[in-house]
Amino acid sequence: MALIRLNNATVSYEGDLAAENVSFSVEKGDYLVILGENGSGKSTVMKAMLGLVKLKSGEVIHSDGLKKNGVGYLPQQTRIQRDFPASVEEVVQSGVVNRLGRRLFPGREEKQRARQQMERLEIWEMRKRPYRALSGGQQQRVLLARALCATDSLLLLDEPVTGLDPETTAEMYEIIRNINRQGVAIVTVSHDVGQALRDAKHVLVMERTVRFYGETEAYEAWRRENG
Amino acid sequence: MDKAQKRRFRPEGLLLGALALLAAVLCIVYFRQIAQAVGLFADYLSRGFIRRALVAGLSVSLCAALLGVCLVLKRYSMIGDGLSHVGFGALAVAMSLGYVAQSSPFYGLCRGISAHPVAFTTVVVMVLAILLLRINGSSRIKGDAAIALLSTGALALGVIVISTTEGMNIDISNYMFGSILSVGKGDVWFALGMCAVVAAAFVLSYPRLFAVTFDETFARSGGVPAGAYNLLLAVLTAVTVVMGMRLMGTMLISSLIIFPALTAMRVFSRFRQVVICAAVVSTVCFLVGLMLSCVYSLPTGAAVVGVNVLAFGLFTLIGRARGAR
Repeated sequence: MALIRLNNATVSYEGDLAAENVSFSVEKGDYLVILGENGSGKSTVMKAMLGLVKLKSGEVIHSDGLKKNGVGYLPQQTRIQRDFPASVEEVVQSGVVNRLGRRLFPGREEKQRARQQMERLEIWEMRKRPYRALSGGQQQRVLLARALCATDSLLLLDEPVTGLDPETTAEMYEIIRNINRQGVAIVTVSHDVGQALRDAKHVLVMERTVRFYGETEAYEAWRRENG
Repeated sequence: MDKAQKRRFRPEGLLLGALALLAAVLCIVYFRQIAQAVGLFADYLSRGFIRRALVAGLSVSLCAALLGVCLVLKRYSMIGDGLSHVGFGALAVAMSLGYVAQSSPFYGLCRGISAHPVAFTTVVVMVLAILLLRINGSSRIKGDAAIALLSTGALALGVIVISTTEGMNIDISNYMFGSILSVGKGDVWFALGMCAVVAAAFVLSYPRLFAVTFDETFARSGGVPAGAYNLLLAVLTAVTVVMGMRLMGTMLISSLIIFPALTAMRVFSRFRQVVICAAVVSTVCFLVGLMLSCVYSLPTGAAVVGVNVLAFGLFTLIGRARGAR
């Protein structure tokens, strides 16, 4: 059964249709890349998957396992975060808020979980350092660890390599690939066609509506045909 | 790597050392005068209105500092300023409604409002706080411009209303720059209760509050009702502003929200430390400010803000010397 499935989902922003009739599904351990120009609705699709925007019609179905396990999300960095006073540890720990339920504070289990994610992404050593003093690549690692605190099964990444230099970008993709190999399904929004495609299993091309959806090999053929 | 950075020569460190030395020398030279001033303040504390101002002021300072950290980080600093100006307008209108002619059809309503001007002001400011957050949320209207329009408009309305009903007199200066005499017995209990509510809300919702402040989108994706937290922030800020406005003054209350947070951020770079430091700085500055205002008969609000400015400068120096920024 699919982790998450969109059936003819349509989202409108202030009267304009941002994404129309979008249907696709993400399986367990999948790696889906959503491609498209700016304003093509690719970020909107991601927000619909997270329940952050209201659907005009259609539906987003989360599997029971996903409901229990949560979705991890790596949003694009905001202006606010650039000089926000917070340590690496504090940022990563904020990822467990979706596991608190009715409790007010994270318990031992959640703290342990945060620690595991920091070790997984090799940022445990810098846990006391201020987030704002880190390099762009290190900051992305921290936000990725935070997203992993929230989930074991599905990670949504919104332009995860924007603003990173080529070396760090390659490093980031490797981290994502490894997380995927450990069984976490990945959905990433990108306009960087090259590197993202190498690891992806499925591709979705958005242009307000779905232009293409299929396996990566099929996408190569489709692209040759459609220029 | 860190050590090498620390060893690099920093002129700020030297300046800081010189300042500390100067402060120590001044303390020793003027020891008697300082002891006298403290004694004088202790005498003042035997008077009811100073005690009331002290308790209410410390409560407001603590609330403002806690809320201020979130407001400043969310880029909502100017909201406090806007709210206080609108509060001024609302207070002026509420008090002038007592002069409405008996023949007016709204006589009863006007009398009711003018009998409870603070309650009326609190409600108006709360509604406005919620509206301002909404405006900030939508990208179409420029939030800062909207606040500027509202605050100057409300200020103008307040001044006009006051001048037509009573003639420009001493009262307007009290509203603008605060009065230590304005704190009644009921206000003290209200301030204490408010302080308890803000502190409790802050502590109990700390993990979620951090998540919402740092990254609203992420928090919402994890099922945290970010809108509700923003609403809570707006309502608590509104009450704090109205509470502190009469003591600190319309023009000066917003500094209580902004200064402690920024001061703490000069030195500390963890959220928890910033919150605690802001709370401490805010209350200490108020205490010192009130003391100076009593001993040297300065206006309270201005004295408190002045001390806050000094603290900000000092913390900036310390931060630079430590190489935190």
